[in-house]
Amino acid sequence: MIRLERRPQPSRAWSYAAPVVAVALTMVAGGLMFAALGIDPLAALKAIFWDPLLGEFAFYYRGQILVKAGPLILIAVGLALGFRAGVWNIGAEGQYIMGAILGAAAGLAFYPSGSWLIFPLMVVAGALGGLLWAMIPALLKVRFGTNEILVSLMLVYVAENVLASASVSWLRNPEAVGFPGSRNLGRWEASANPELIAGTGAHWGVLTALLAVVAAHVLLHRHLLGFHLRLAGEAPRAARFAGVNPGRLVAVCFCISGALAGLAGLFEVTGPAGQVNIDFASGYGFTAIIVAFLGRLSPIGILLAGLLMGLTYVGGDAAATNLGLPIAAISAFQGMLLFFLLAVDVLANFRVTRTSPPAAKAALPKTVGDHSFGGAE
Amino acid sequence: MTDILTIDGLTKRYPGVTANDSVSLRIRRGAIHALLGENGAGKSTLVKAIFGLVKPDAGTMTFDGAPHAPADPQAARRAGVAMVFQHFSLFDALSVAENVSLGMEDPPALRDLAGRIRQVSEAYGLPLDPARRVGDLSAGERQRVEIVRCLLQEPKLLIMDEPTSVLTPQEVDRLFSTLRKLSAEGTSILYISHKLEEIRQLCEAATILRGGKVVAEADPRATSAARLAETMVGQALRPPKAAAHATGDVLLRVEGLSLPPASKFGTPLRDVALELRAGEVLGIGGVAGNGQDELLGALSGERRSAPGTITLEGADVSRLGPTERRRAGLLAAPEERLGHAAAPAMSLTENAALTGTVREDLAARGFVRWGAARAFAERVISAFDVRTPGPGAAARSLSGGNLQKFVIGREVLQRPRVLVVDQPTWGVDAAAAAAIRQALLDLAAGGAGVIVVSQDLDEVMEIADRFAALNEGRLSAPVPAADLTLERIGLMLGGAHGMQAA
Repeated sequence: MIRLERRPQPSRAWSYAAPVVAVALTMVAGGLMFAALGIDPLAALKAIFWDPLLGEFAFYYRGQILVKAGPLILIAVGLALGFRAGVWNIGAEGQYIMGAILGAAAGLAFYPSGSWLIFPLMVVAGALGGLLWAMIPALLKVRFGTNEILVSLMLVYVAENVLASASVSWLRNPEAVGFPGSRNLGRWEASANPELIAGTGAHWGVLTALLAVVAAHVLLHRHLLGFHLRLAGEAPRAARFAGVNPGRLVAVCFCISGALAGLAGLFEVTGPAGQVNIDFASGYGFTAIIVAFLGRLSPIGILLAGLLMGLTYVGGDAAATNLGLPIAAISAFQGMLLFFLLAVDVLANFRVTRTSPPAAKAALPKTVGDHSFGGAE
Repeated sequence: MTDILTIDGLTKRYPGVTANDSVSLRIRRGAIHALLGENGAGKSTLVKAIFGLVKPDAGTMTFDGAPHAPADPQAARRAGVAMVFQHFSLFDALSVAENVSLGMEDPPALRDLAGRIRQVSEAYGLPLDPARRVGDLSAGERQRVEIVRCLLQEPKLLIMDEPTSVLTPQEVDRLFSTLRKLSAEGTSILYISHKLEEIRQLCEAATILRGGKVVAEADPRATSAARLAETMVGQALRPPKAAAHATGDVLLRVEGLSLPPASKFGTPLRDVALELRAGEVLGIGGVAGNGQDELLGALSGERRSAPGTITLEGADVSRLGPTERRRAGLLAAPEERLGHAAAPAMSLTENAALTGTVREDLAARGFVRWGAARAFAERVISAFDVRTPGPGAAARSLSGGNLQKFVIGREVLQRPRVLVVDQPTWGVDAAAAAAIRQALLDLAAGGAGVIVVSQDLDEVMEIADRFAALNEGRLSAPVPAADLTLERIGLMLGGAHGMQAA
């Protein structure tokens, strides 16, 4: 019988090794899945992990990796701050959409002005759009004690409907005969968010994501607010004792994560996507949750995890095109990554011990679980 | 065959520590046998081995003539070992009978069980109504549920871990007569406690552990408490002494403080009033669950109360949060060390910053000065002799006593005007408890006011200048501690407020 015993201190070695082990296990399990689908697993793994970085067409794929990783990192950094504090914003996708819509609307209101102020204005409006959308679950939670997970998640579907309505009616390009979608923001100089260095894929959003990583790292490890965030997540009662106001903390977490998701949406809509359209929502807001956990909720980890996830996106696309891998298999593959990470994660806090098999019994109030984790006295 | 349990050379190692080093022990049939030792001496590990919660690395146990190597508590129970834990594992929302039934391997129908509970509880002087909800029971009654649950198994050996820490003196007397009756009927009892006087009253043999080894076998009836304590700690103990001091102006005034309970099974505070003067230690006694948590929360600022209810040095602090109250000089140390007073997974440095930010100037323009926090943690560690590898260690890696020293030290070193502590020496070994009490007395001697909320009456009697009892959220009028007897305290705890109008 294998039993888990709580470690007196979380193992440092394991907390660093866990993501690597999780990636390795994902490769094995994913390979088996690909084999079961009748595709050579080695070829599939090579297409996903190797070709985009060092393959024949890597010059194209490498830029794409940053394009995908940028919004993932930007959103995940914001989410991670909340997750560290035990505040669960699951609705980043909705905030991402609303940021894009409000940002685009703010810019298009001045079309066709060529003022240089338009892009900064759109950036502010984009952040505000995400922030305001995020304040809905935050205020409902603080005021009425609603569950922020449900409310923020449900608001994603509301946002998707707002997106559809914007694309076909009030933000629709009046010059596009019958087609849905706004004017192309990427081709309008005042609003465009171009590649800053040709061939890298790095646009303003990627730069902002890097800044967010640095800022979040400093916040978490140097600033009092970051300390209080971590404290609230570790021990809510101790946080209140330390003087943390739980309601204010919820609001702050949703503000930050909403604004960053809104920014990600704005940079996406002005750059790679180019316009507000019904197919704008691409799932970055949900994938960012995986990225946040894969990065162990630490900003630096998220930077690496975002790049890895960007790689599986780009590589997965390539594998789908070249090897006929179903897109669903790529999603399952990404899901496995989170699954294995969470599973391996247990080893950072618990060690596995072997005991002789006891009779299987339902959990009694006075069983092993209650008392054996007390450590050595 | 006079021994019920024989342990020979039992050894259990954890990474970095040998919890039990070749421990040998014999418990006679029908004896009440004390297991003594400081926190970290290895008592819990030894008991867990007997109860099947820990698998020893070496050594043998013989129970009732047969080899004893239980794989789990169920096996130990089948062999005839029962245990009453220090922390109860009962469900508040269920009845007594339902709780007992949940702990049984093969529970009979609830109605039959209720009958048996009544029968056992009467036979052993443990009055208990099987139909009552556990959430409504006092700590003493909850303990009875645990004891009855054990007795229903008709154990040959009953292990009791710190059973009296939650009881009033009258309840302690009742428990002792139950234990004596059991012992007379041939049930052996392994009794773990820090309270040496109790052990001298009750036990006929004692095994003293220190650092995982048996350092002495003693007859507690023939050995003085001081001698037992010294053997346990390995050094001579100095009882805490209050420096002579005069009490000064009123520092803290609480008037008409009422608060609804924070949770369903919490206790409301009802019209609490008290005055604390500079240089004074006010002891607040009471059985657990009578509003201690709520009172501490109201004083620390975790819960706000109506304006004008709490005044510190003339300023109304009722509406201020914990941070502002700390700035004003009102500090607190809650009972629950892990998760309330300290964040378990965080380092001692971080835990030092948890309350020290304002008064120790650990933050500048919103940024934590981790260097200063570390230095503060190191000061606490050295001033209070906290045994730990260093300020980087996680709070949960410390033993209970060491963490408690850290928590109390953290507040004391911040030079509070008023310090409120709840159960400052709960589960702490004798040496650490003496150090903590001395620090509180020194603090008062330096002109601060100290409120000690404690269920340990010996502690309250030892250090308090005045004593008040907390009962169902009401605080009795304080009386000078010098005038008190244990009987009178017992009555006050029971809620007989009218009796000390004088």
